[in-house]
Amino acid sequence: MLERLLILSAVLFCIGLYGALSRRHVIAVLICVEIMFNAVNIALVAFSRYITPAALRATGEVNEAAVRSLLAGQTFALFVIVVAAAEVALGLALVIAMVRGKDTTDISEASLMRR
Amino acid sequence: MDNLFQEIAFWLLAAVTVGGALGVVRTQRLFRAALMLVVSFAGVAGIFALINAEFLAVVQVLIYGGGVAVLVIFAVMVTSDVAEGNRNTRTQPFALLAAAALLVTFVFAIVQAEWDVLPNDLPAPLAGVFVDTPAAIGGLLLNEYVLPFEIAGIVLLAAVVGALALVRER
Repeated sequence: MLERLLILSAVLFCIGLYGALSRRHVIAVLICVEIMFNAVNIALVAFSRYITPAALRATGEVNEAAVRSLLAGQTFALFVIVVAAAEVALGLALVIAMVRGKDTTDISEASLMRR
Repeated sequence: MDNLFQEIAFWLLAAVTVGGALGVVRTQRLFRAALMLVVSFAGVAGIFALINAEFLAVVQVLIYGGGVAVLVIFAVMVTSDVAEGNRNTRTQPFALLAAAALLVTFVFAIVQAEWDVLPNDLPAPLAGVFVDTPAAIGGLLLNEYVLPFEIAGIVLLAAVVGALALVRER
């Protein structure tokens, strides 16, 4: 199950990467980055659910550290979702500012900071 | 029987997730891409529910399926009058090559590695961990991870204020 979940995560990540690199529209690039975030979350949750906790392997008994590591991935994924939500809000605000200022949504036009 | 159900559910959800993601990348129309994104998010929520992450599944539907999707669709509508289509960049063949190479590397590494995995059906004391995950995660957030939790709140506040400052009419 773990390998399957990781391969699913890798496939999603690479689809997102391809989209983010190949699209011209700013919002399309943002959407593809969201897909990559989701892929990472699947990998995080899969690892914490299926990898034997180090505390369990060392002592052979279920202690608090083992329990914590089984849920650590889910907690991390929660933080990733928070950061992704903040990123979308800011990214879309930037898109709107870009449309107002330059009247374009083409990402290759956003070259203001290029020398 | 239970395993068969999990098997079928996994392949269905994986197909929905990857299909949605491919739809996002393939379609030329941005609005359709946003809708396919929602399909992909729903598939990921199902995957979470399948591997004992019920709370994350709910959060996924609420924040991604709800908040992020609405934001994206709203932004597509606001900027649609200047949308000159959703064309590819000149580097598209290289992007395909890079993504494919990365995927091959990932799959090779995943298959090669020797994982020390837990069984699908957890032994009795471990299975108890996943009985009430929302409460357990809440406990972790307010004890072990209380500092990241507070910082996440500040990050969200800064993002909201920043977004408002960026789109303000002068």
